[in-house]
Amino acid sequence: MPSTVFEASRTADRRRVASVPFIAPSFVLLFASMIVPLVITLYFSVEHYNLLSANGPKFTGLNNYLYLVRDPAFVDAVVNSCLILASVLALTVVGGTLLAWLYDQTFPGSKVARLLVIAPFFVMPTVNALLWKNLLFHPLYGFLAFPLRLLHIGPIDWFGRFPLLAIIIILSWQWLPFAFLILLTSVQSMDAEQKEAALIDGAGPWTIFWHLILPHLKRPISVVIMVEAIFLLSAFAEILITTAGGPGTATTNLTFLVYSLGLLQFDIGLASAGGVVAVVFANIVALFLIRTASRNLNPPAAVPEEAEA
Amino acid sequence: MTRKINWIAFVLGWSVALLIFFPILWMALTSNKTESEAYALRPGLLFHPTLESFRTVLSQSAYGHYAWNSVYVSVGATLLATTLSVPAAYAMAFHPGPRTSGILMWMMSTRMMPPVSTLIPTYLILAHLGLIDSRIALIGIYATMNLPITVWLVYSYFREIPHEILEAGRIEGLSPWGEIWHLLLPMSLPGLASSALLSLVLCWNEAFWSINLTSAKAGTLAVFIAGYSNPQGLFLAKLSAASILAIAPILVFGWAAQRQLVRGLTFGAVK
Repeated sequence: MPSTVFEASRTADRRRVASVPFIAPSFVLLFASMIVPLVITLYFSVEHYNLLSANGPKFTGLNNYLYLVRDPAFVDAVVNSCLILASVLALTVVGGTLLAWLYDQTFPGSKVARLLVIAPFFVMPTVNALLWKNLLFHPLYGFLAFPLRLLHIGPIDWFGRFPLLAIIIILSWQWLPFAFLILLTSVQSMDAEQKEAALIDGAGPWTIFWHLILPHLKRPISVVIMVEAIFLLSAFAEILITTAGGPGTATTNLTFLVYSLGLLQFDIGLASAGGVVAVVFANIVALFLIRTASRNLNPPAAVPEEAEA
Repeated sequence: MTRKINWIAFVLGWSVALLIFFPILWMALTSNKTESEAYALRPGLLFHPTLESFRTVLSQSAYGHYAWNSVYVSVGATLLATTLSVPAAYAMAFHPGPRTSGILMWMMSTRMMPPVSTLIPTYLILAHLGLIDSRIALIGIYATMNLPITVWLVYSYFREIPHEILEAGRIEGLSPWGEIWHLLLPMSLPGLASSALLSLVLCWNEAFWSINLTSAKAGTLAVFIAGYSNPQGLFLAKLSAASILAIAPILVFGWAAQRQLVRGLTFGAVK
């Protein structure tokens, strides 16, 4: 790659400044710790390579992929990944939209209430998992057991009987604040005059929600969906600590499957094939996100619109 | 003129907020109970508050060691990411070339890559280098993880700075590095601080790499808490105390970093 491509365009700066020395450190770090391992993953994915076997890596073509696709655990993992993704996205986007609408109103202490709502997002995944597993969902000592006992239901072993549902609840609790925060930011950036004009015209809160707020939220909602999709696909600690992927494969997602193939069964080839599948999966989602975000990357440079208004 | 209080929003807003916050509140309450109170089959709000569990966690467990690792790794990775991102953002914001937006988008796309896709090679390479369970490796990985977000945020702060200011510096005879050091850094310090805050929060809470790559030596608080997933975690009061200690400082930081979170995690797609 010729270094001249990084040189400054004349519109921005009369002087030509070579950008390479400025960008290179970041570029090298990202390249070395993301792209290099990714290429190695690709390489391992076509090798028969198990750390437990005495033989070294041996080229095996697409056999790892074929084996993976025929493995019921893999099918389960893909299905579980999709189920988790779809449920958590539905819950957090709908919930987040309603919450954004609610907390867009001002009431005594509304700022503090907002802080309480976003708090779960800052709880680290391992705390989140144990908090739900031991303090809330525990069949005997969990908080939820108490009202259920009054109703003569239970005790319910949440992670045994409804493992995927329990995981979905945990993840939703963590990601609802994220959706809420993004959507609230967007609602608040709306033109206040527009809302007030609608109020004066006699529009009720529902009309305002349907005809003003919801159309405005289309884009931020798609952003929330894409960002969450990327992170939810990589949900790991919440699963490891609560169910370890079980019972059976009931809560194994793609990320957990690759982890268990690689670091528990030491099947490097198979795990790498799984890793490649995960990348393809994530890329499909990420493509849309980058495309949406890139529209904002180069806004029409500093048009003095306000000056004319 | 006094504004009418929106009572529906008030009642609904506070009920929902308390409901969502309840798990954290419950954990905070449990951390102040004795173990036997924590195990009461009829969970009560009436109990004798005690800091016994906090004392036990702080004195008997390796909490301090893991907390120090968390601070060390989070601060180290944040410093590294910020230091690397400033010159990159400078070049992109003030000397954009035909490839600038391509590079920026490529950087953003690496943030979207599932970490599990690089887990196996990263693990093997680090094992080969003897860097499993080392803070240095974690710093490198966290810095990489946060670099795209940091570059993006710093880039967007720099773009708000008028070019004329740099031009003035140039007339004074400043080199590009001089412009960064003497003009940009002082002007964008609040922005840099807030993007660093977001990076700290994300590092502190990271659990995939820390669980897979570290344990007793370089483990962070996320790993420490994960250790409670064995039956020891059924000491509910101690688990709660340890958890509260692990999340309390960063919760405050997180509240302070809200705006950056929105900008950083959506790469500016939402304003």
